[in-house]
Amino acid sequence: MGKVSMKLINEEGLRHDGRRPDEMRPVTMEVGVLSNSDGSALVSFGRTRVLAAVYGPREPPQRYMILPDRALLRVRYHMAPFSTSERKSPAPSRREIELSKVIREALEDIVLTHLYPRTSIDIFIEVLQADGGTRTAAVTAASLALADAGIPMKALVAGVAVGKIEGVLVLDVDEIEDGSGEADMPVAAAPDIGKITLFQLNGVLTREEIERGLDMALNAIQKLVEMEKEVLRKKYTFNV
Amino acid sequence: MSEVKRRIVVPGERLPPNVVVREREHEYVYEEEGVKYATVIGLLDERGENPVFVPLQSIYIPKPGDVIIGLVQSIGIMNWYVDINSPYVAILTAQDYLGRPYNPQIDDLSRYLPVGSYVKVKVLAFDRTRNPLLTVRGEEGLGRITKGKIVEVDPAKIPRVIGRKGSMLQMLKEETGCSIFAAVNGRIHINCPNPEIEPILVLAIKMIEEQAHTSGLTDRVKKYISELKVIRGVK
Repeated sequence: MGKVSMKLINEEGLRHDGRRPDEMRPVTMEVGVLSNSDGSALVSFGRTRVLAAVYGPREPPQRYMILPDRALLRVRYHMAPFSTSERKSPAPSRREIELSKVIREALEDIVLTHLYPRTSIDIFIEVLQADGGTRTAAVTAASLALADAGIPMKALVAGVAVGKIEGVLVLDVDEIEDGSGEADMPVAAAPDIGKITLFQLNGVLTREEIERGLDMALNAIQKLVEMEKEVLRKKYTFNV
Repeated sequence: MSEVKRRIVVPGERLPPNVVVREREHEYVYEEEGVKYATVIGLLDERGENPVFVPLQSIYIPKPGDVIIGLVQSIGIMNWYVDINSPYVAILTAQDYLGRPYNPQIDDLSRYLPVGSYVKVKVLAFDRTRNPLLTVRGEEGLGRITKGKIVEVDPAKIPRVIGRKGSMLQMLKEETGCSIFAAVNGRIHINCPNPEIEPILVLAIKMIEEQAHTSGLTDRVKKYISELKVIRGVK
């Protein structure tokens, strides 16, 4: 695709949707949205909306999948056919398979899988509406759904992407910025235990930009995790 | 106010170093470099001498000696596969249940325990490398459940249904006249001589499950049962 001719950063330094460079899109989180699953969450970053459902620990569907020393974490990231402006084929694409792996690895170090050997924990992530940043929204939703399912985990995880457009580092890139920006760097982390669990970079950034971008992302993740905690507390706080 | 001393904690939140955890719930606290963290959503009660952490949900992991209620899921050649409300499917052998040698060529297991029947069983062995093995021998009252009703609650709520020194269970039995067995895997078997009181008891158990973390629950449940009895005209 050719570059979009519209200016992504205006004279006042604001982005195409009026955000400052270090501003996230409005984020909403909801837990326990599905009753058939053990845990579920619906997260939206602006127009990006992601639903996650967690099942388990339960018996793996096939015996050959069994891991003798820990639970098998299975992640399926999928984009609904109606999630994009042009119909997306519902068959899992190369990108979706890869993202499933990346998200699984972002959660594997957090979930205490050694407690439930020979079982499987299944996470289904459905992108309902895609507007950039779906993988980081997916990690955030999966983390909330795991907590809702009561699966022991070291800490809560959240993710956000940092991008570079017209030479400026910006937080939480959306579809337009992602499509015509110079770089995109999704990050997921668990601030409570000080660990980065997902770090990717598409495009070119200098070392100094990476450091600055990482700082921006980690600050935002800290806020996202606080929000996750608030949402979970709210669900389980009773007023008796 | 007492509310300040009782709060909801979420995964990754630090717990006081002297935190007390109930038996078989140690996996819900994670320790790294001497610092304890909660791994699930739970309630931290700091009113007593030592703070207590109670998870709001738990996953039942079998332990040898547990007396539990299982649901026959499917039938194998020489055994039943029993759902025990756990990630692991348990095995009950035909020889153990029948108490005699069993020949699959002349006998049919579904005659004794069809799929869907409930059994009260004891966990004989479980060591995480093999699925749990069940038995109906060695204790009174084990075997197929033929009467009454099974109520399922989260395994984490079972200690509350039993109450301190069995106070809640005692009250439920006295108020309803039913026999109640609360198994650690979250299944409660109730058997009421008066069928009209059965739904009242189910509602009372559901109330305990929902409000497990609140104080003064025994009295409130007692009041609730007597109110329901009046409304429904049950003696």
